[in-house]
Order: sequence, then structure tokens, then C-alpha cells
Amino acid sequence: MVKIEPDMANEVEQKASSRFFDRVGRSAVGILEEVGRYGVMLSDSIYWLVMGPNLKQPVRVASVFSEMMEIGIRAIPIVGMMAGTIGIMLAIQGIYTLKIFGAESRVVIGIAFSMVREFGPLITGILVAGRSGSALAARLGTMKISQEIDALEVMGINPVRFLVVPALLGCLIMVPALTFFGDVVGLWAAGVYVGVALDISMAAYIDQTIDILSVDDLMHGLGKSVIFAVLIALIGVLNGFMVRGGAEGVGKATTRAVVHCISALVVTDMLFAFMVTR
Amino acid sequence: MTATPLKEESAPAITPGNVIEVRNLVTYYGTRRILNDVSLDIREGEIMVIMGGSGSGKSTLLRYLMALEKQTSGTINILGHDIGKISKKDFFNMRKKLGVAFQGGALFSSMTVGENIMLPLYEHTNLDRKTMEIMARMKLEVVSLAGFENLMPAELSGGMIKRAAVARAIVMDPKILFFDEPSAGLDPVVSSALDDLILTLREAMGMTIVVVTHELESAFKIADRITMLDRGDILFQGTVEEIRNHPSERIQNLLNRRSEDQTIDPDEYMKRLTGEDIKGGLA
Repeated sequence: MVKIEPDMANEVEQKASSRFFDRVGRSAVGILEEVGRYGVMLSDSIYWLVMGPNLKQPVRVASVFSEMMEIGIRAIPIVGMMAGTIGIMLAIQGIYTLKIFGAESRVVIGIAFSMVREFGPLITGILVAGRSGSALAARLGTMKISQEIDALEVMGINPVRFLVVPALLGCLIMVPALTFFGDVVGLWAAGVYVGVALDISMAAYIDQTIDILSVDDLMHGLGKSVIFAVLIALIGVLNGFMVRGGAEGVGKATTRAVVHCISALVVTDMLFAFMVTR
Repeated sequence: MTATPLKEESAPAITPGNVIEVRNLVTYYGTRRILNDVSLDIREGEIMVIMGGSGSGKSTLLRYLMALEKQTSGTINILGHDIGKISKKDFFNMRKKLGVAFQGGALFSSMTVGENIMLPLYEHTNLDRKTMEIMARMKLEVVSLAGFENLMPAELSGGMIKRAAVARAIVMDPKILFFDEPSAGLDPVVSSALDDLILTLREAMGMTIVVVTHELESAFKIADRITMLDRGDILFQGTVEEIRNHPSERIQNLLNRRSEDQTIDPDEYMKRLTGEDIKGGLA
């Protein structure tokens, strides 16, 4: 058996702790670097949006419409289906919970607030992150490894202006629009279930919902969706630009983009609720 | 004929007759030195071939010559502009005078061949679509791809993709055209046809052409001058004849594809492997 001297044990302990602090330090610097990159990408995008026309490099409206089509219009069926399902789910759980207190008829309050302030923006954000955040990372990553981004630069076409700004604008316009659409579909689907379960007419349900909800509630959800839009676009784009290696790198970037997008949305949602709702 | 610098008051001087001047360029990848005090002139209207083995730094040098990277030490002057000091506006104007055909073509896969070629025109000119289509067809004819404008890049062969990339690179009539490994992945016949195309472009359009390659046959066929890189150093600069007759054993080894290990003394090689001196016992 090897006898460990106290000095040797101390040295091993010191080395282990210095390795731990080294790792923590490196991770902290890595996180700061990444946050910095997002900041630079956002400021670059604003610069090209504003200054592009002066440099004879305007953002093409056709590209923005193309992104809006991809991010927004093509997501309508899935957002509609998911929002409707969440609406019905809220109604089912709400009625079940309130039945304990004999207050099922008050379920509309819970559905309206939950859908418009929370679930509408969050579900829409997560769906767009899964569809478009990953697609952006994969598209830009593939362009990076096949030198298409280098080709753009040599042609004098700024990649941020040509690829990033249209995606950012597309997200900024379509994510709130999809959120509003999701709110409406979710509330409607919940109304259908509540009507059947509690024998309330749709007109009465709509009246109650309009009475309960204020413009502030709607803006709370839509405001969050604007932040989500920026996060989805930036995380997708930056992960695409940071791809190294070949196809494996693209796969990793795509997975990373989705995981980062969804995590960022949930954390932002919580922070937003904490700061605005209390 | 001399290079005409773009309109810029503070444009630093470039030696008349040169379109690119690199002075004392040192670059690192992490802590590894990639280019070691490289100085290079590229003259207007010439075909300059940059050669070297894998890891010699030729692709890195090409990225600096195309202004895809900004140097942290040394100076690079392209068409009369010091790349370290150039304004954003002048930088983009200068970029319009460069064209590049990348190794894999780098055609945009979501666009047709015609749209790929029209992209620089669409972004930098106010031409109407009809005129742009005519110009794209003309450039496709130059590279013998007339009639392919409506195909997607995925429908083309490797050689066709490279020629389509050349058509896109020359659509703005650049002053300098860069080729990154034009022969890579092509059979000898297609590769030779691409070499002929490079010579034709120089003859017909008078542009300066910079080619990075490790194909000797291709280099000797097209080059006016050759720059040979080895481990980040410029080993040689001169004409094809000069490099062929160069007395340096190292250059001849690289030209004849002999690795240094094959030419060292066997005893020395064993000593390096084992740490033992075969003749004199332990080293």
C-alpha cells in the first residue's frame, strides 16, 4: 500500500482546486465572450439596417418577406394546433382545480390571463425557436463551411446585412404576429371546451374574456414576444456563424442553437414576469 | 499599365505596376505562427501562382490577399489601399474589384446558376433584370456553360460548378481574380481545361490572376511567376524557369515531392528515432 504524506496530499488538493478555479474562470470568460458576440451582432445588424442605404447596401425588402414567409406564414398551422391544444388543456385543468372550491365559472379568468400573458408568447417562442432558430443555424453553418459567406464578403456583400438583418426583421415582425394568432386560437379553443363543459355560450365566454383582459395584458405578452424574437434570431445566426469543421459542426451548432434558444426564452420569460408582474 | 488606386485622399502609395503589396506579414493561429514575415508583390496583369504543401500557409495568405482577414502586423496594400487603414466605404468599393473562385465553388445552393451570377450585379448596380440576365449569359458563354443558367448548383458536376463560380467571379469585371485550388477534385482533362480558361481570361480581360495550388503541372502551365511557401516562409519567388533551375535542394525536394525525411542521412534518421548513435554507441 502506498503511504500518502501530508505534504503530498496538500499539493494534490491545491492542484485540484486550482484546476477547478481555472475551469470556472475559463467558463466565465467564455460566457462573457459569447454575450459580447451577441451584442456585437445586434449592433452590427442595427448599423446595417440604418446605414446600409448610405453605403449603397440597403436591406432587401424581398429578403425580409422571404424570411417572414419562412418564419411566420409556414409556422401558422403548427402554432395554431399547439395554441389550441394548450387552450383546451388550460380549460380542463382550470375547471378541475376550481371545482374544488365550486368556482368553475371563474375559469375564464385563469384561461385569459394564462394564455395571453404566459402560454401564448412562450409556446410560440419555443415553436419558432425549434423551427427557425435551428434552421438559421443550419443554413448559416452550411454556408460557412462551404465558403459561401467568404464568397459574399469578397463580392463586397456584407453577410450581416444580406443574411442576418432579414432574419432578424422577419422574426421581429412574425413572432409577435404569431403570438397574437396563438392567443386568439388558444382562447377560442378553450372557449369551445368551456362552452361544452360548463354550458356557457361562446358569446358569453368572449364577453367575459374581453372584460377581464386589458391592453396591458396583451402588451405584456407581445412585449415578451419581441424579446423572444431578438433572442431566437441572434442565437440561431451566431451559432451558424461559429460553425467549425464539417457536417458534424453544423449538427452540433443546430442542436446548440435550439437548446440555447429555448433556455434563453424560459429564463427571459421568468425574469420578465418577475420584473413586470410583481 | 499601372494600377489605378480608387479615389481616396489618404491612399498610400503602391509601387507603380503592382496591384498587391504585402510587407512583413506575420500571422498566428492561436499561438502557432502561420505566416512568418511574408513580403510579396503581385504585378498588374500577371498570373501569380502561390504553391506549397499542406500547412505551408498558402490558404491563409490567400485570405489576407483577398482582404478576408485584417492583419495585426505588417502591411497589405491592395489596389492602392492600405487594408489596415481603409475606410468602410472604400473597403466595400475595393471589394467590388476583386473576384474569387473558391475550391468548392461556393455557389449559393438556394439560387439557380443564373441567379448566382447575377447576385453581384443585383447588389452593386442599378441594371434592370433583362440586362443582368444578358450579362450572366455572356459570362456563362465565356466559361462554356451557356444554357445552364436555370439549373441549380446541385445539378452540376464538379468541373461545371467551378466554371460557374468563375463566371460569377468575373461578372463585375474584377481587376484581380483569385483561384483557390482550381484543380482540386478534378480529373486531368477537366483540370487542364480550367487552366486554359484561366489563361484565356488573362488574355481576353487583362485581369491579374492569383492562383493557390499544389498541382505542379497546372502551376507550370499557367504561371508567369511562382511564390513557393514552406512552413510559413517564402522559399522562392520567381519565374517558372527560375524555379525549375533553382539550385536549392529544399526547393527541388518540394518540386519533386520528396519529403525531407527521405533525403536525410539514414544514421541521422535512426539517431532521431532512437536517441542512439548507431556508429558511436549512445548519443
